[in-house]
Amino acid sequence: MSSSPDAPIPIWRDDRFWKAVFQIAILAGVIGLLSVFFSNLNDNLNRTGLQFSFDFLEKSASFSIGETPIPYSPSDSYLRAIAVGVLNTLRVVLVGFVLTTLLGILAGVASFSDNWLLRKLSLLYVEVVRNTPLLLQLIFWYFPVFLSLPPPQTPVQLPGPIFMSKTGIYLPWPTIAPAFWLWLVALIGGAIAAIALWQWRVKRQVERAESGLPQLVGLILLGIIGLGIVTIGFNWQVPQSPTPGRFTGGLRLSLEYTALLVGLVVYTGAFIAEIVRAGIQAVSRGQWEAARSLGLSSGQVMQLVVFPQALRVIIPPLNSQYMNLAKNSSLALAIGYPDLFSVASTSLNQTGRPLEMFIILMSLYLTLNLMISLVMNQLNRMVQVKER
Amino acid sequence: MTSSLSTASPPEVRRRPRRWLQKNLFNSWLNGLITIALGGVLLWAGVEFLTWAIVEADWRVIPANLPLYFVGRYPADQYWRLWLMLAIIGALSGLTWGVLAQRVVRLFTVPVLVGLSLGGLGMMLIPTPPIYRLFGLGITLVSVFSAWGGRQLARQFSQLGQWLSLLWAVTFLVAFWLIRGGLGLKVVSSNDWGGLLLTVLMSVASILLCFPLGVLLALGRQSSLPVVRGLSMAYIELVRGVPLISILFMGQVMIPLFLPEGVRPDRVARAILGLTLFSAAYLAENVRGGLQAIPRGQWEAANALGFNAPLTVGLIVLPQAIKISIPAIVGQFIGLFQDTTLLSIVGLLELLGISRAILANPEFLGKYGETYLFIGVIYWGFCYAMSIGSRRLEQQLNTGQR
Repeated sequence: MSSSPDAPIPIWRDDRFWKAVFQIAILAGVIGLLSVFFSNLNDNLNRTGLQFSFDFLEKSASFSIGETPIPYSPSDSYLRAIAVGVLNTLRVVLVGFVLTTLLGILAGVASFSDNWLLRKLSLLYVEVVRNTPLLLQLIFWYFPVFLSLPPPQTPVQLPGPIFMSKTGIYLPWPTIAPAFWLWLVALIGGAIAAIALWQWRVKRQVERAESGLPQLVGLILLGIIGLGIVTIGFNWQVPQSPTPGRFTGGLRLSLEYTALLVGLVVYTGAFIAEIVRAGIQAVSRGQWEAARSLGLSSGQVMQLVVFPQALRVIIPPLNSQYMNLAKNSSLALAIGYPDLFSVASTSLNQTGRPLEMFIILMSLYLTLNLMISLVMNQLNRMVQVKER
Repeated sequence: MTSSLSTASPPEVRRRPRRWLQKNLFNSWLNGLITIALGGVLLWAGVEFLTWAIVEADWRVIPANLPLYFVGRYPADQYWRLWLMLAIIGALSGLTWGVLAQRVVRLFTVPVLVGLSLGGLGMMLIPTPPIYRLFGLGITLVSVFSAWGGRQLARQFSQLGQWLSLLWAVTFLVAFWLIRGGLGLKVVSSNDWGGLLLTVLMSVASILLCFPLGVLLALGRQSSLPVVRGLSMAYIELVRGVPLISILFMGQVMIPLFLPEGVRPDRVARAILGLTLFSAAYLAENVRGGLQAIPRGQWEAANALGFNAPLTVGLIVLPQAIKISIPAIVGQFIGLFQDTTLLSIVGLLELLGISRAILANPEFLGKYGETYLFIGVIYWGFCYAMSIGSRRLEQQLNTGQR
């Protein structure tokens, strides 16, 4: 208490001063390091005679791409080549999200099944897939599995019909015409109506102990209509093999695409299964017991009580799994699928412009991840508990 | 009488296979259907696999290239250095295990003994010259003895545990010296390192190097200083937003561009740098999880005792935070171990890279299934062992349920 409270604190004992000095020092260090790097970069670029610019994007790419969702020829620009790569990546990633979610939930719920075989199988799947590298799995799917399919003269035929051979996988596919879109809208509307009806039925059953028979009849009718739309309205084109070795009709998936999709879905599915399992375990046993004692069947307990609560725990880590799937799709390079990264790396080799290509790559992948995050955060907000 | 009855009844129930089947596989018609369908598929897959493995597969690609898988093109006359390194690491692992298990009643329980004998048997069955099989067996024995010795020593000198981490650090340097050479040993260029040796070396080096960086980034992200927080956050989010393969490519292509003319670190060093920069961002997030779990009271108590910020972090908060995040860090190490496969794309001959090189040899063309299955089992074994170890560690530290 020797100094009066009004006396100014010496500057070297002021916490704020040291904080400011520390931050300025760090900022100076980072800027200094970066400027050394960039001056080196400038020297190195000057020596090779390349100036930093994005002009090369307008030039003709002059390399061909195996799979092109939009028209593309080697005389098109690098920009268009990169657009093809982005579309190819999205083609894998979006389909992958749906399939891997289904697989993950299936495997996660299966680990709670009272069927011993199913439980152990789910465990085995998770332990094997999570403990081997993804790249090895992708290579495994591509080389020993899909590339060892028989030649197109003697394809493997699955019910559907689905033909699998060295030239690709042929699936039945609806004819894309205006009528198809109309039917699709009708189908989605029907599905929404069915979900609403189902929820109403459950509500009546739970609150008033009604049998729910009229609603069940309605659901069955909707189901029959939906089935009719899918089988007849969609006008399916089935793949056929008029002459051995040639296929017409249906949708052709390349082996590279299929291998990448299967590899990514199987790998990410194992992680999602673990997340789902942890989420279901996080719901306390009391919830199960309370729901059972109210007379709900074990399927109803899972569907009405446990799973909605588990979703709150499941959704946040799912976000990072989806982002991992999107990032891991860049391993397509190893099996020759022309995704964004693979196209970018070919362009890099041809143009010798690593810096520009990396800026493009990073911004595209960051945008993709940001969009996934935004959608998932929205979803997360929907399932979280609405508290007072 | 009643007690003998009640103890006798449970095994009776368990011994009846029909009951067990009915309860676990056929308790409803749906479950019965699932069991039959799954069983059929499994049986079919098993038969197909066995016919392939026994009739069609040509397993000669494995024994013919065994040294390549494990050590790459490391010169054969210098193999003794790697054996010596393995022996040192085996002895030290045994010692660590013995010290950690000093309070356990029995060190060599039945599962441990079974595991050891299986390991020894596996060692004897590896198709290498008999002298190497003996080396392998010898190293197993050395680690068993040092585990026993470590337990005895730890009971007498309680300080031993604190020296272990120092011992491990010294061992890492010695191991690096044995691999690389120099200081009296013949230098083996990093271009000749390969196979499992390179995989393990790169993952261990990266996790060790990324540790300080990751912890600093985690602290930076939690800091109250806006500049530090902003920079750490920008780094973490940028790195986590892009694929590892692009960072590794950048390591190979861009690092030489950013350095003065003529400075060109070798490929292995660039790979380790890329892996380190990548995993530091993920490690930072794991450590941040631990930091957030530390109650504010710890900070306040430390402040009340007169600790300044660096001391509070270093002595109070960080040790607790790291202890909490150990399982996540081990998980990340497993991920890093698997991610080293990506280096085969940028041309390094680690385990996957050397396998692809072997498959490019006309003599072994098309032996994809055999080779990839073999290295898959190696990767699986390492990762599974690590995840079991991490679970044990979690139980011992009891950080699972705070």
